[in-house]
Amino acid sequence: MARLKFLCDADRCIECNACVTACKNEHDVPWGINRRRVVTLNDGKPGERSVSMACMHCTEAPCAAVCPVDCFYTTADGVVLHSKDLCIGCGYCFYACPFGAPQYPRAGNFGSRGKMDKCTYCAGGPEQDSAELEYAKYGRNRLEEGKLPLCAEMCSTKSLLAGDGEIIARIYKERVVKRGYGSGAWGWKTAYRETIST
Amino acid sequence: MLLRSGAGLLAALVLFGWLNCPAGAQHGQDPVPSASSAPPSGANPTAQAVTEEQLLQEMQKLEGRVSIPDYKAALLEQPQGRGYQFFHEGLLPWLMGVLIVAMVAGLALFFLLRGRIVTDAPQTGIKIRRFNVLERATHWMTATCFIVLALTGLNYVFGKRLLFPLIGPDAFAAFAQWSKLAHTATAWPFMLGLLLMAALWVRGNLPDRHDWRWLRELGGFTSGTHPPAGRFNAGQKLIFWSVVIFGLVLSATGIIMMFPFWTLDINGMQLAQYGHASAASVLIAIIIAHIYIGTLGMAGAYDAMGKGEVDLTWAREHHSLWAEEQQPRVRARDDGAGTAGAPAE
Repeated sequence: MARLKFLCDADRCIECNACVTACKNEHDVPWGINRRRVVTLNDGKPGERSVSMACMHCTEAPCAAVCPVDCFYTTADGVVLHSKDLCIGCGYCFYACPFGAPQYPRAGNFGSRGKMDKCTYCAGGPEQDSAELEYAKYGRNRLEEGKLPLCAEMCSTKSLLAGDGEIIARIYKERVVKRGYGSGAWGWKTAYRETIST
Repeated sequence: MLLRSGAGLLAALVLFGWLNCPAGAQHGQDPVPSASSAPPSGANPTAQAVTEEQLLQEMQKLEGRVSIPDYKAALLEQPQGRGYQFFHEGLLPWLMGVLIVAMVAGLALFFLLRGRIVTDAPQTGIKIRRFNVLERATHWMTATCFIVLALTGLNYVFGKRLLFPLIGPDAFAAFAQWSKLAHTATAWPFMLGLLLMAALWVRGNLPDRHDWRWLRELGGFTSGTHPPAGRFNAGQKLIFWSVVIFGLVLSATGIIMMFPFWTLDINGMQLAQYGHASAASVLIAIIIAHIYIGTLGMAGAYDAMGKGEVDLTWAREHHSLWAEEQQPRVRARDDGAGTAGAPAE
């Protein structure tokens, strides 16, 4: 079974934000919610790096662990999904998430955040009976159609890689060997408790 | 910029010359060509780029710039989330569980050994006013809120472990949603009650010279003696100050959580949760002991907060100094009742 992961090759990311736009459009993500974003470190300084970040679909996911209603589940492919029907909007997953992935539709005062929304790895949610309902709540289920997440598919520099962890790690390693440098797999150690040795 | 001296002009020329060097301008230093480690594709653009590991060691979390108008989105990575996970799932259930179970077990053992504490002397039938209507109303409002807050708060930690398997995901999620609303709603009357109680009883709860003896003799609970005490004995003072201090910690951290990211960043929010959950664990255990001694543990204690009046014998044995103070009033009332035929209530 595959273990689906994301890998952002920060040496290739040009901060074009196409992944962000693709995600927003594909899933009709509401205003104010960003399932994916590009963060630029050391902006305008030597050593500037941009990293595209969304839910990393962690191993032993912190969000799933701390959820007081156990609304998270991990698919056989290692994708971390959740049920918006069960979510009570407590916000614990945001405190636990190392990558700031969980998003809430409302401001959050008095704990009125609404149902949490996050990257689904383009794999929808637990809605089995109605594709329409699934789309409205979680966005398109591309994985079911045999397609990978659109953010990675759209990436113009092929900086963002999505797919089986071993395969994308191999691709990244080959790149590093060929070009002679690589700033590493950002977030992997925190998310998967392993990193790619280059 | 006007340069008036030759030295200034020279400095400007030197500066201009330095700025004209493109490598120096871009990297802040001259590029050092290294023959051995030159990558096959030319210059290494990451030569000066910091790695994730270096950044994490220096800053603990990675923050950058983001084009989204939400400063929280600029946080790239905070490994502290894993620490939060450990506290929430590894530490907290044990801390809370052990404190509560140990307190209940300890009280059960105490009850088995000591039984219900009753007064040595028989009841006199003479009642002394101990808490007035305002005091009782404040106490019961705060107490009701505390019980709701404690149960709905415990639901955040133990609900998925105890209730969830019994009633299933949908019913539990609905219950959790309502208990979350109840938690944030009852927080406000609780905080009001907390402040009122602090104001009403702070005078009687200031430490005095009798407290040390009371504590040394453990209030006479085990020996059966009756160390002297004023309106509140040292045990009650400990309850009072625990409620005030832990209550204030819970209020402050609770308000922080009700208005998330208002003043604190993500690590501040995590700290608020650590403080809230830890203070709650301790205070719930203390309040269980308070409920025990106020109801089952001691005969006559419930009347103080229930009816507002206690028997003179109870007062003499448990609050000897306070009973002494109240004596003139009791006598006056008895006289009044004897002559006028009706209590002057």
